[in-house]
Amino acid sequence: MAASLLSIAPSGIPEPLLRAQSTTGKFLLMFFAVAVFAIVFGLVLLLASRFKGRNGEKAQGALFAAPAVLLLAVGLMYPAILTVIQSLRGKKGDGSFSLSNYAAMFTQPELLIVLRNTALWVILVPFLATGIGLLYAILIDRARGEAFAKALIFLPMAISMVGASIIWKFVYQYKQTERPQIGLLNQILKWFGLETQNFLLDAPLNTLMLIVVMVWIQAGFAMTILSAAIKAIPDDIIEAAHLDGVYGVKMFRFITLPSIRAALVVVLTTIGIGTLKVFDIVRTMTAGQFKTSVVANEFYNQSFRYDAAGLGAALAVLLFVLVIPIVAYNIVQMRKEA
Amino acid sequence: MSTVQTGALPESFDPTDLEPPSKPRKAKKSASGDAASALNSRWASFVAVLIAVLWTTPTLGLLVTSFRSQRDINKSGWWTAFSDPGGFTLENYRQALAPGSSASLSQYFVNTIVITVPAVMLPLFLASLAAYAFAWMPFPGRNALFVAVFALQIVPLQIALIPLLDIYSNKLGFGASYWSVWLSHTIFALPLATFLIHNFMRELPAELMEAARVDGAGHVTIFFKILLPLLTPALAAFGIFQFLWVWNDLLVSLVFLGGSPDVAPITVRVAELSGSRGSAWYLLSAGAFISMIVPVAVFLALQRFFVRGLLAGGLKG
Repeated sequence: MAASLLSIAPSGIPEPLLRAQSTTGKFLLMFFAVAVFAIVFGLVLLLASRFKGRNGEKAQGALFAAPAVLLLAVGLMYPAILTVIQSLRGKKGDGSFSLSNYAAMFTQPELLIVLRNTALWVILVPFLATGIGLLYAILIDRARGEAFAKALIFLPMAISMVGASIIWKFVYQYKQTERPQIGLLNQILKWFGLETQNFLLDAPLNTLMLIVVMVWIQAGFAMTILSAAIKAIPDDIIEAAHLDGVYGVKMFRFITLPSIRAALVVVLTTIGIGTLKVFDIVRTMTAGQFKTSVVANEFYNQSFRYDAAGLGAALAVLLFVLVIPIVAYNIVQMRKEA
Repeated sequence: MSTVQTGALPESFDPTDLEPPSKPRKAKKSASGDAASALNSRWASFVAVLIAVLWTTPTLGLLVTSFRSQRDINKSGWWTAFSDPGGFTLENYRQALAPGSSASLSQYFVNTIVITVPAVMLPLFLASLAAYAFAWMPFPGRNALFVAVFALQIVPLQIALIPLLDIYSNKLGFGASYWSVWLSHTIFALPLATFLIHNFMRELPAELMEAARVDGAGHVTIFFKILLPLLTPALAAFGIFQFLWVWNDLLVSLVFLGGSPDVAPITVRVAELSGSRGSAWYLLSAGAFISMIVPVAVFLALQRFFVRGLLAGGLKG
């Protein structure tokens, strides 16, 4: 479906305005686009400044908001509704209305594995990343070279998930035990006299190995936010606790933890939502083979590789539905804090 | 845990450390410092160093590998490379960047830049315009619209991809062109951007706007002359977040552009190489670092904004 759609271009737009072969052409196209956007932007403002008086005020407001609202309506709301409809129209998304795609998700063995994997990801990644991030934030708090220590853990947040996947694929690289190893993890196994492993091939170990990559990326995010929350605890609370003889683990349990509760909820839910939509890691490391697929990856495969647009649409809707309880939990917790 | 040294400072604590400079440090006690000392300061340092090593070694391994010859990479582990420092070479990077060669990544790198610049600027402009309207210009239906924009933050972009592809290809005639990704990244960024910039604008005192109105300034003047300069920190924070998001994106480009060298960004190409030439580590290692160099540089240069942007942008996607 993707291939066929991408090849058709039945429009009056001249080719040079769409694509360019040379580097110069590409940059010209970029400047052209920025200019077009700037002109549209200018026209809206010009039009807005024409309106005067009481009603003119209202028209101006509507005009300022119009470009963003229109783009969202046409580019997000409308497509989302189409996707919901498509998910109800059979495997290819063009048949009669039924719930067959949703039934398939919860009955087909391959898709059940996808759901199980997604559950594993969404449970393990937020708690592991937050746990490690919190531990590290506490350990390095006010230590020498704190900024540098933080940057080390935080750096994986800056790179793409594709880059992170390649870094870890190399760590997991497999060679037979007798041969010299190039993957660090298998070399470590060998140093301990163990057989080398094909980490990305054997389920369910491979899913855990992919989860490690996401934890590696997200721990820095957790660490940064929790560290800021820890530093924001007022001194007098800490001193009062000290006067009452509260120190150490008790301090952590009764002062630190309750004080950073709101930040913990934000970190857990944010990482949870990000993990739910994880696609790049699975796609780059295993392409969802060997029983490692998750919902976001399966959505891509069904829609663009297996010609099952209806089932793909149902998986996209499932993603949306799964986000809602996490966001709802977040809102309820925030209300409690306030 | 049996040797709890209550009240002791962690071993690594150094009172001469000047950071953060704004607060006097002598009397300040830290809640977490106590927890750390409870863990026994020596163990605390050990665990911290262990985590730091675990977190950096994988990257270091691939970085070292990217400077080794193709033969060496497949013959021995990167940890053995230090015994022969003369063996390092820039050949992998030369091959990955050489124009014209089939392995070249340079045109994909250009594509990434060309995709990223408008995809960061456009949502910033549109969102600040809309945010201004939602914050300071009364018009019918304003509150309902703002709530709708706010709520759209939780919609995963996956749910819009296929119908959008259909619109671009069959209705607008974009096909696999930059326009599809520019618009898509803009659309997906708008809910969060509008919300963040709106919140920032609401913090500004209303008197500022009223005074300008009394002086006869129109909304357009106020927007450009008064608001945009004040908004710089918010725009920078969101701009950096959006920059990283677009630069590092795989899914949006994969769906709308496919793998064509005319338009596809470097993430798509590197992911594709990982699938088709998974053992060509000389190319993959260099390619991965070429794709990472810009975001890492931005991270190092603008760490403060960067963190603020990430804090703000958690729910995006």
